[in-house]
Amino acid sequence: MTQSAQAAMAGAPLLDGTPGVIADWSSDQSAFKKTPWGKVMMWIFLLSDTFIFSCFLIAYGTVRMSTTIPWPNPSEVFALNIGGNHVPLLLIAIMTFVLITSSGTMALAVNFGYRKNRMVTFWLLLATALLGATFVGMQAFEWTKLIVDEGVRPWGNPMGAPQFGAIFFMVTGFHGTHVSIGVIFLFIMAFKVLRGKMDREEPGFMTGRKQDYGMIEIMGLYWHFVDLVWVFIFAVFYLW
Amino acid sequence: MTSSEGQQHPLGIYFKIWTLLFVLSAFSYMVDYFQFEGYLRWFLIIVFMMLKAGLIVAVFMHMMWERMALVYTIIVPPLLLLVFLGIGTLEGDHVFLTRMIFFGGAE
Repeated sequence: MTQSAQAAMAGAPLLDGTPGVIADWSSDQSAFKKTPWGKVMMWIFLLSDTFIFSCFLIAYGTVRMSTTIPWPNPSEVFALNIGGNHVPLLLIAIMTFVLITSSGTMALAVNFGYRKNRMVTFWLLLATALLGATFVGMQAFEWTKLIVDEGVRPWGNPMGAPQFGAIFFMVTGFHGTHVSIGVIFLFIMAFKVLRGKMDREEPGFMTGRKQDYGMIEIMGLYWHFVDLVWVFIFAVFYLW
Repeated sequence: MTSSEGQQHPLGIYFKIWTLLFVLSAFSYMVDYFQFEGYLRWFLIIVFMMLKAGLIVAVFMHMMWERMALVYTIIVPPLLLLVFLGIGTLEGDHVFLTRMIFFGGAE
């Protein structure tokens, strides 16, 4: 395409609705208008991750449907005894609230990032990272309780269908890994913000590209996705 | 147009959605706490799950403000998972029936 043609295209108004979908997709080289490439790539990655987690959850569904031995009752397995009171599923409920809280602080961090409010963005990112770390810590506690106290193994458990352990460790393990990776990147991002890398648009040490507050939004997409996956795991594995 | 323009929205909407997510999570937990059973339980679980997922994607992930080309690219492919879910259900049922025939329910 010539320079003049590109200039003409840049000046043309963008269509909305279904004609806009067709025009955007057929416009060669830049299908996603007004969206930084990094954000599109994160979305595409999250789409592929959606399929991975869906495969796990659908596999869990078929396994649970096909077993002839009763499935252990998650409400009982994950209950906690608080001061003599038997509270069902308490730990998982707290983990859910921790993750939602972190999603909220992340959303605010993205917003304050675009306002170029460096310190508030830093503290919000740090809070998100610490809440994420809390979640992973509680998950470690849950795994320890199940493995040591309840004798759950990937090949069997005392409560019922032997597939329970395999599915539990696979699904929550994969999700926990995602959270852990997110926490690491949140810490990195928080300190990048603190040092003013985004304000000065310094080149990133790996990519050499100018850094800006758009990076916080891309980080946020990943973090909200982790929360999103937990919504589905909480519903179909713990509550079902 | 620079990438730093980005998504800029009033703070109020984030706090509203945040509160809603808390309330919906509390409702999900109540489903278990009050020990609802059967179809009512499954219905409530699915409703609260889809509402929470929708709010997170639409507002926290800014999907409602993106251009439709990107929205379709991300939202349409996962619909295929419904087909996969159907196949999984058929397969699960089939294996269960086979096991009942050969093991008589007592493995």
